Amino acid sequence: MTDALTCAGLRYSFGDTLAVDGLDLSVTQGEIFGLLGPNGAGKTTAIRCVTTLLPVRPGMVRVFGRDAAADRMAVRRLLGYVPQQLSADARLTGRENVSLFARVFDIPRRERAARVAQALEAVGLADVADRMTATFSGGMIRRLELAQALVSSPRLLMLDEPTIGLDPIARTSVWEHIQAVRAATGMTVLVTTHYMDEADQYCDRVALMHQGQIRAIGAPKELTAQLRERRGDGSDPTLEDVFREVAGSGLEEEGGKFRDVRRTRNTARRVG
Amino acid sequence: MGWTCSPPRPAPRTGWRVLPARVAAMCVVELQKLRHDRTELYTRAIQPALWLLIFGETFTRIRAIPTGGVPYLDYLAPGIIAQSTMFIAIFYGIQIIWERDSGVLTKLLVTPTPRAALVTGKAFAAGVKAVIQAVVVVLIATLLGVGMTWNPLRLLGVLVTVVLGSAFFSCLSMTIAGIVLTRDRLMGIGQAITMPLFFASNALYPTAIMPGWLQAISMVNPLSYEVDALRGLLLGTPAHLALDGGVLLLAAVLGITVSSSLLGRLAR
Repeated sequence: MTDALTCAGLRYSFGDTLAVDGLDLSVTQGEIFGLLGPNGAGKTTAIRCVTTLLPVRPGMVRVFGRDAAADRMAVRRLLGYVPQQLSADARLTGRENVSLFARVFDIPRRERAARVAQALEAVGLADVADRMTATFSGGMIRRLELAQALVSSPRLLMLDEPTIGLDPIARTSVWEHIQAVRAATGMTVLVTTHYMDEADQYCDRVALMHQGQIRAIGAPKELTAQLRERRGDGSDPTLEDVFREVAGSGLEEEGGKFRDVRRTRNTARRVG
Repeated sequence: MGWTCSPPRPAPRTGWRVLPARVAAMCVVELQKLRHDRTELYTRAIQPALWLLIFGETFTRIRAIPTGGVPYLDYLAPGIIAQSTMFIAIFYGIQIIWERDSGVLTKLLVTPTPRAALVTGKAFAAGVKAVIQAVVVVLIATLLGVGMTWNPLRLLGVLVTVVLGSAFFSCLSMTIAGIVLTRDRLMGIGQAITMPLFFASNALYPTAIMPGWLQAISMVNPLSYEVDALRGLLLGTPAHLALDGGVLLLAAVLGITVSSSLLGRLAR
């Protein structure tokens, strides 16, 4: 079976700063895969390379076998993307926001209304779909963005920090909808987060990223079990402990670039 | 949950059919936004009304400007249509920067939409606003007694002219947005160039009464061609419709090309 996503030696730098430094990664079809790491680890840059927003060299990124450098439009048709910022348009209703994406993914007119309604229902927003998005709560906007990404029936759903700034109940709700969609459709999900507890709970496999590289990869249970063995002192390590170990020193100082932090805080403030 | 199995994936639209589909999608969104919030339509009507009412009525009495036998208010009306639609378009880039900061643009760039198609869509969406503005100014001018044509073919020509002009100026704005990347700088530059574009055109007075250097600027100012076409179509004054249309079309294509090449900077 072709992998949903393959990154081979993915490298990207902004000027002198190497944001992604030789990333190797395979995401299997149908799994929920978590890309974890602190602010500035290179997660968002990696995602932006996969989504064709940043140019990559041929062979570096393949989505269901399609090369992101050579076959950009084909790759985009396979993707559903929810960026880190709250990206629903506040000047439109919920339904209009989803309709726009049905249109730009070429869903035929006769099917459009039904598929938009179906996507809204899948995220539990059918009843409020005709309200202005400006009146939505942060959690509702996230679910609306999920509907926008789902309306084209993507094969790889990419979510960049989907629960950032949300309250615990909204976070759980977003994850439950992601899981339900995966269960119903077998869609592959790639998610970045710096909430280790969420990754532990909801991801089938995770990759721990630090300074542009992957430091550990595997199922959360495997990774914690391996650390428990290495420690051999009977303690029960969490995913965060695994991360601290593989990241080694310098974790505290690498607080992320100003722009990343600002973006995160802006999102958090808007979700409020 | 309403999702029992994955619905079939849509068959891709390819080749030339992508462009009209994306243009339609962007125009629909623009209309939806205007339907939800009409404030902009009302406030945008004030300036052209003042130009026609105060400037127009006053200069009609002075009779200082050679208009070729046309009452000055009539002469001015097409100029004000072009000017007020340009003012809207020249700040369109602010919306692009807002969409960039909010993530809306990022998400559109991950859809199967080539950058040129996205920019063309946005340019025509700006044209939607311009057409509505043109209708408003035509109505105001009619109320003030300006005798304009109601010939549907000529009105169609007016529509095309306004859309093309607006496409160029919105692309100019998106180009500046792609260079300066912030709203504040774009506002500043927009403010700085609108008046020179307006005064260095034939919107208020014929270019023949300008000094030579200003005439030269007016010659390369697409606004002059837009005004010339609008005057010819609405008032029936002598105009160079083929040249005007050609220049506006060329300007729009050039604007789309340049601003779509800069769209990548906004995506980064």
